Amino acid sequence: MTYLKATTFLIAAALAAPALAQQDGGRLDIVVQPEPPGLMLGLVQNGPTQMVSGDIYESLLRYTTDLEPQPSLAKSWTISDDGLVYTFKLQDGVTWHDGEPFTAADVVFSADVFLRETHARLRSSLAYVQSIEAPDDTTVVFTLKEPFGPFINAFEVGTMPIVPKHIYEGTDYATNEMNATPIGTGPFKFDKWEKGSYIHLVKNEDYYVEGLPHLDEIFYRVIPDAAARAVAFETGEVDVLPGGSVENWDVPRLTEMEGVCSTGKGWEFFAPHAWMWLNNREGPTSNKLFRQAVMYALDREFVKEVVWNGFGTVATGPISSKTNFYSDDVTIYDHNPDKAKELLAEMGYDGEPVRVLPLPYGETWQRWAEAVRQNLSEVGINVELDSTDVAGWNEKTSQWDYDMAFTYLYQYGDPALGVSRNYVASQIKKGSPWNNVEGYDNPALDEKWNAAATMVTPAERETAYAEIQKEIVDDVPVAWLLELEFPTIYRCNVKDLVTTAIGVNDGPRGAWIEQ
Amino acid sequence: MTLWKRFSSNTGAMIGVIILLLVIAIALLAPVIFPKGPWQMVQRPFLAPFSTDGLPLGTDTLGRNVAAQLAYGARVSLLVGLVSTVVALLIGVPLGAVAGFYGSWVDEGAMRFTEFFQTIPNFALAIVLVAILEPTLTSITLAIAIVSWPPVARLVRAEVMSVRKREFVDAARVAGLTRRRILVAQVLPNTVSPIIVMASLMVATAILLESSLSFLGLGDPNAMSWGYMIGAARTVIRQHWWLSFLPGIAIVITVLALNLIGEGLNDALNPHLSRKARA
Repeated sequence: MTYLKATTFLIAAALAAPALAQQDGGRLDIVVQPEPPGLMLGLVQNGPTQMVSGDIYESLLRYTTDLEPQPSLAKSWTISDDGLVYTFKLQDGVTWHDGEPFTAADVVFSADVFLRETHARLRSSLAYVQSIEAPDDTTVVFTLKEPFGPFINAFEVGTMPIVPKHIYEGTDYATNEMNATPIGTGPFKFDKWEKGSYIHLVKNEDYYVEGLPHLDEIFYRVIPDAAARAVAFETGEVDVLPGGSVENWDVPRLTEMEGVCSTGKGWEFFAPHAWMWLNNREGPTSNKLFRQAVMYALDREFVKEVVWNGFGTVATGPISSKTNFYSDDVTIYDHNPDKAKELLAEMGYDGEPVRVLPLPYGETWQRWAEAVRQNLSEVGINVELDSTDVAGWNEKTSQWDYDMAFTYLYQYGDPALGVSRNYVASQIKKGSPWNNVEGYDNPALDEKWNAAATMVTPAERETAYAEIQKEIVDDVPVAWLLELEFPTIYRCNVKDLVTTAIGVNDGPRGAWIEQ
Repeated sequence: MTLWKRFSSNTGAMIGVIILLLVIAIALLAPVIFPKGPWQMVQRPFLAPFSTDGLPLGTDTLGRNVAAQLAYGARVSLLVGLVSTVVALLIGVPLGAVAGFYGSWVDEGAMRFTEFFQTIPNFALAIVLVAILEPTLTSITLAIAIVSWPPVARLVRAEVMSVRKREFVDAARVAGLTRRRILVAQVLPNTVSPIIVMASLMVATAILLESSLSFLGLGDPNAMSWGYMIGAARTVIRQHWWLSFLPGIAIVITVLALNLIGEGLNDALNPHLSRKARA
């Protein structure tokens, strides 16, 4: 008994300790790059908008870095055994920033009316939904037509931001003048946007979670030049550099400064996955042996260490290790030039040149393409680097005018949301650089992808996806490169900033500054 | 005094020749000295110069041999410089000669056409051309030639206009030579010296243009060049300044050498205008 008490006390102490240490007050300066086109998250979902508006708006759930759902506007939820009915109980005493009460009607309006019209990515998930109803003011029920496992990941703030019904109902959403002064339920309220300079958010004093937020105000600073952003951090003008806001080469210099911390976490929901499209239709890349040879020729570990300064993970297949249902029970392609040469000899490669199209996103990607060209020429593949701008890259990939082309895409937490689109034959459509651009056509696997999306229990899906990964990795439809990691750099006295799968996007909610 | 004697007595010009010959030798011998080529990743990245055996100038952002990159870069710079100058001369000389010799509407037409090119800033036009044609060595050389021929045309026109009024031209006409023959055999040879001087300076300008294009990422991604090296290293200039500094020095030295040679040629070909004569 004494033992039990002691343990209880210890656990209580452990839980209480950080809570005691948290200090209120202070201001946080965060770089936002580039300047967002707008802040009404229901209308615009660009990266920068998600980062700023993730503090203003909320959705029903938040997700841990392991993609476990957590309460947000919903305090609890249940999923029926057949996977068809999702019931959410909402928080009590929530108000909009303008003082109006928040109710289940706002959720129904947002999901069923507003976002259905404005949000393409959510719309494809809503296609599985039969009805969205509010039996009372604090309950929302989503009923699906058929089971859709990934649906639980649809309640992230960038995917389903809850917008105020009393402001938008019956208006033209795109031209509503309230878009300039967004009203949400989040921990911070919009104050001022000085175009080209900063966006100012202030603490929501009436936030429904006791004690939150800790910070008084946030300034999202617009600094257009990468070098200037690094300098602003060095001089102490800004406290946080979110992932991707400085060049990779500057990262070590900044993180070695005193009192500076960095983390690669906070991107799990997006899980940016980099690969090269290999044109499966024509040329040497249409031969499976050639594609396997490419995988063995690449020194992906080197690229991770040198080009990405050690950030990231070598990808083993189509699904990121940060996404649900990842399996490592697949053929591992290590850096093995001899094996690559054997495969090339076996297929009878005649030295036909292959074009490599780099991603025109700056020096890091250019160096990466050069490293790949070097790896491939070392095993005897004749490579030409193409050169292009963003528009040209979009054009060439979406019109299939390439042999190998760099890209990276988000996975959104579930293979059915962000992975299968790149491998099933129904997604072979000219004109988009985000679908099955490589032209991989495997009807047997298509069936498995589709079946796995609508299985009821996670265990079933786990088995199905493991099988798919094992099979597809041997076919090498594309050359998987790295699970990218964009480190967030911040001053160490900023605490608890990155705690969720979308990192800085909704991190300021619980962040605090140690004085 | 013979031409060579006058030229070789100019110390600056001789220094220029020696440097240029050295650069040409390095460029020609690059594949012999560095058989692995400029792109191979040979060591850890960011090794400082003189810190590692076999890598006298260290390694770049991907661990590639900087010395090898400089040597192969010399090939591209010289090649682009020479070829684009030749192409520019091939356009500019005939156009200027015809305009200056025949005068009237031919002159009017040719000069308006030249002005059309001169009104667009050189570098902006080169960027646009390379961007449209996609960056390859051929398109870069062509773009540089296209932006650098107008001054040649104007120079040749002025020279031809002054030469065609001389007595020996009248004599040739009296002797019954055709107009075309007079232009090619009598007038043009007398305009060669300013063209040679201008050409040597054009090579220098072309090297600078190519470097600027590569610096902006509009170089041929399959050809190592000095401008590319500076462009790629500028992201790490705070930590590893020498990666930008070394190719920068290479450009400065080569362009300086060409300028010295041009100056020397100018003095040697126009002795009565040379600085020594003036002094």
